[in-house]
Amino acid sequence: MSNHFKAADIPQISATFRFQWEEAQGCHVLLYPEGMVKLNPAASEILKRCDGINSVDLIIKDLKSAYPDADLDSDVYHFLDTAYDNQWIRHKSA
Amino acid sequence: MTTNGSDTSPPKPLWLLAELTYKCPLQCPYCSNPMDIARYTDELSTEEWIRVFKEARALGAVQLGFSGGEALVRKDLEILIAEAHKLGYYTNLLTSGVGMDEARIRAFKQAGLDHIQVSFQASSEELNNYIAGNNSFEHKLEMARLVKKYDYPMVLCFVLHRHNEDQVEQILEMSHALEADYVELATTQYYGWALHNREQLIPSQAQVEAAEAVAHRYQEKYKGKMRIFYVVPDYHEARPKACMNGWGAVFLTIAPDGTALPCHAASELPGLTFPNVRDHSIEWIWNDSNDFNKFRGFGWMKEPCRDCSEKEKDFGGCRCQAYLLTGDATNADPVCSKSPHHEQMVKLVNQANMEPKRDTAPLVFRNMRNSKKLTAHKWPTTSKA
Repeated sequence: MSNHFKAADIPQISATFRFQWEEAQGCHVLLYPEGMVKLNPAASEILKRCDGINSVDLIIKDLKSAYPDADLDSDVYHFLDTAYDNQWIRHKSA
Repeated sequence: MTTNGSDTSPPKPLWLLAELTYKCPLQCPYCSNPMDIARYTDELSTEEWIRVFKEARALGAVQLGFSGGEALVRKDLEILIAEAHKLGYYTNLLTSGVGMDEARIRAFKQAGLDHIQVSFQASSEELNNYIAGNNSFEHKLEMARLVKKYDYPMVLCFVLHRHNEDQVEQILEMSHALEADYVELATTQYYGWALHNREQLIPSQAQVEAAEAVAHRYQEKYKGKMRIFYVVPDYHEARPKACMNGWGAVFLTIAPDGTALPCHAASELPGLTFPNVRDHSIEWIWNDSNDFNKFRGFGWMKEPCRDCSEKEKDFGGCRCQAYLLTGDATNADPVCSKSPHHEQMVKLVNQANMEPKRDTAPLVFRNMRNSKKLTAHKWPTTSKA
């Protein structure tokens, strides 16, 4: 399902990135040395939950309770892979 | 700054570069600070800087670079970092590392500093210290190790020129050994001191091609571990850089005396009044001042830029370079092969390719003594307000 994450894995935002809401941009962003990535709402909802506490299956469960009509398992795994490849997130260190 | 997604709203100053002081313990002859650095004695106070940070943040600035000169010279740097952090900036300290120690690195962390970029002059102690004009190499290594120890993302920056262009492999191995997260292989930009020393700094075409090949090889080698940014030297290209991502589009530089500039080299351009934050709000300077609107958008362009299909990609290149090399800031950047002045760029690179005639004049090092000596004739008799 995912190259990098299994249901029990716990993703967290990498120490080299900062995730925050930017009023002037009207969106969440990831900030890193001298750069910024603007995020769409779906990406923001997932990253908000990558807190180093929730496992992937809990993140999906939580998203489903917020967005009951969405079929989002594969979307979440797909985004987590993209985020991992961009080094935005990593596995919580044991 | 990279963003994904297009933006059609009016431009916002995403990047605020705070040149806190032009004082610097290093004397790098490739410095892009203006040559009249000795004139900037009336630096903004702590309170004035904090007001600048607040106003720029309200306009949307999110990246804040503490630079100079050497920002560490300012004793209030810890206070400025703390205030900027509270305002929600991502704070970057761009430094030589000289003037830093473990206690300060710890204090910066407590103040909320997000990132430290340490610049090196070379991968060997001898060349590093020659270019820097002081014995800083060992200290820089120690500072880089401490930056990692305190868990900052670390960018190492190397400005390339003909004296270190052949060291790229050693530079990248050294960076890897220091566990850099990012390495910026910057190219010398020929403004200010670098322009003055251009003949001694410009690398040959063969050097540039070899350096680029090594950089690409190492980008693959350390993929996923260390990101390597290689900046193509524009003198050796046929298309100009998208300088500052467009005039008054993203970047706002504040010089030590409060002069607001659309880029850190713009003070060399004639016909601009250079609004000062002591006289005007950041909002007025960014949105309404003549200077920030002068080359905004495409209306100012002449041929060949005006009807060029690539103008939205490179904005006609660099205004300062157009002025410095063609005498008219509204000309196309002569790096562009479509520019009628491009031939002189070719000539400059050809000269650099001819080894024997080089190194006739000595490098002029960037320091206050040389600044006074070389720019005294430009100083007004009344002091700069």
